Amino acid sequence: MSADFLNLIEVILNGLMAGVMYALVALGFVLIFKASGIFNYAQGVMALFAALTLVGLQQGQVPFAHLIKAVTGLDVHHWWSMPTLLALLVTVGVMILFAFLVERLILKHLVNQEPIILFMATIGLAYFMEGFGDLMWGSEIKKLDIGIPSGGSFWLEEATIGWAAEGERYFGMYIDLLDVWATVIAVLLVVSLMLFSQYTKTGRALRAVADDHQAALSVGISLRTIWVIVWSIAGFVALVAGIMWGSKLGVQFSLSLIALKALPVLMLGGFTSIPGAIVGGLIIGVGEKVFEFAIGPMIGGATENWFAYVLALLFLVFRPQGLFGEKIIERV
Amino acid sequence: MLYREAGEFKTAYAADAATFPIAFDRWRYYGVLAIAFLVIPLTINDYFASAVLVPFLIWSIVAIGLNILTGYCGQVSLGTGGFMAVGAYAAYKIMTAAPDLNILIVVLLSGGVTAAVGVLFGLPSLRIKGFYLAVATLAAQFFLVWLFNRVPWFYNNSATGQISAPERSMFGFEITGPMASAEAKYLFCLVIVFAMAWLARNLTRGRLGRSWMAIRDMDIAAEIIGVDPLRAKLSAFAVSSFFVGVGGALFFTVYLGAVEVGEAFGINKSFLALFMIIIGGLGSIFGSFAGAAFIVLLPVFLKNVMVGALGWPTDIAAHFEFVILGALIIFFLIVEPHGLAALWRTAKEKLRLWPFPH
Repeated sequence: MSADFLNLIEVILNGLMAGVMYALVALGFVLIFKASGIFNYAQGVMALFAALTLVGLQQGQVPFAHLIKAVTGLDVHHWWSMPTLLALLVTVGVMILFAFLVERLILKHLVNQEPIILFMATIGLAYFMEGFGDLMWGSEIKKLDIGIPSGGSFWLEEATIGWAAEGERYFGMYIDLLDVWATVIAVLLVVSLMLFSQYTKTGRALRAVADDHQAALSVGISLRTIWVIVWSIAGFVALVAGIMWGSKLGVQFSLSLIALKALPVLMLGGFTSIPGAIVGGLIIGVGEKVFEFAIGPMIGGATENWFAYVLALLFLVFRPQGLFGEKIIERV
Repeated sequence: MLYREAGEFKTAYAADAATFPIAFDRWRYYGVLAIAFLVIPLTINDYFASAVLVPFLIWSIVAIGLNILTGYCGQVSLGTGGFMAVGAYAAYKIMTAAPDLNILIVVLLSGGVTAAVGVLFGLPSLRIKGFYLAVATLAAQFFLVWLFNRVPWFYNNSATGQISAPERSMFGFEITGPMASAEAKYLFCLVIVFAMAWLARNLTRGRLGRSWMAIRDMDIAAEIIGVDPLRAKLSAFAVSSFFVGVGGALFFTVYLGAVEVGEAFGINKSFLALFMIIIGGLGSIFGSFAGAAFIVLLPVFLKNVMVGALGWPTDIAAHFEFVILGALIIFFLIVEPHGLAALWRTAKEKLRLWPFPH
């Protein structure tokens, strides 16, 4: 095999795994959109906030330390560094509390508003969470390590180094172990979500609400409880996404921008389909990596910033509801 | 007592169709204009102009532009920042290519260029609707910013990748560049804002505006009664982008002077413009002004309180700004989803009935 071809395979593999990471974020969007018809822009910031909380607890930071110092002059730094597992559990608790508060303080008051108003409310929520997370835990870049292996896989490099044709310079494939783990965890997450929604009573209620709000209400399903549950699950998905992205890039403000990357994924897959989120993520991941590899150098590089959006845009022109979205039927 | 239509007798259709049919409204409008044109230029200082008034005026144009597209025609756009960048770079290219051209014409031409780009990115709106369209406009945002960042032709191969506005003057007064006075900048923007607001108000009252609103309310029904969706949507994109482009050109030439595209016209600007029209009120020209004023003044106010009065470090103040802005947006959406313009309307209704509300 020629080195170019091997490079292409490497790019595609990395693209697939990047796609899984996008799909992780997109999953949270789909869950909330299906259950409540809300396009939750804050999903990315939720991932950031969850990761910040996890790191903060792990390192035993005192919340609002900067603020306390500014207001009272009291200099508090460190508290008790929690073990990773406990920190994870507490973070899940925080995300559930967050879901509860969102329902209580925001969604309850905005029932039956137009979708655009709800969308704007989640943008407001995103701004709030961004500032709040920074106030609580400080805005410097933090390293997140919960014991997931990372770095290149030497085994794969060794295994592939001999594949290239004789006489070509080739150093083997580079694949980040973290990405492999992310893929495994994403698969586990999706499978468990599917089992949950198929085989538990709550899961059945979730699907009922997703199908038809009014009908679900009339058979005695409490919409408000369901919303809290859905937002909690989305919070959990956000935590997983936050851990993965945070281990990869460090926990920092730009994590919240991955939400923007999840949007074209959603458009490709359709807002209402979980398989769509995954397939869309893979297409976008592979597409942008291959485009950057093949065409990027000719037109100045950094095409990853926009390629996903343009791809989704062109795709939508031919199929406005996305790959797996429900067919849009319009009546007067 | 003051605010009554009783006793106002109209003798012509023109009086019936006037923008301000009630005398009090009319006089208030003339009063605001008089203050804006005559009083403020005499009392303005540099800080006030550069921190408050000039950004307010420029953002008003942008907000009116976005309001035409989103508020009147119902097409949600998250590409405002990108279109502002088109206006800014068009202004830069025109100014450097034709040094003798009057700055006013430069600004208007940049608006025209932006309108053309807007129509191009508006084409998918014929197939894509709602949130899908909102996300599709993100393509414009990211693609345009990337384009201006990566293609050296747009910034004339300057080493820094920045563009900076050459000095231009009108009637002997410097408008752009470091020597421009606060009064000149303010008046230049004010004249443009006045003309654009007048144009927007009258466009939205006329045939074109009504076709936009028909599309917004229900596009299939509008099509059935004979509104051409192609024409309505694309004209909304064109007019809206023209406004946003003029705003972007002013933002670059008059307000900032030097621009780095990712920072000045990033996705945050798109969201700010959207906040303005939501807080101000969708489908209202007054709302665009109110929203722009709110969003421009809030950070100035918060900064003065937290850094100036309380003496907190600036980074904490910046985080708090986000928290408060986010909370206020949610609060506004819950209390008054139709924005400040709706509050204003309610207040006027109350005034009409006062002192005998039934």
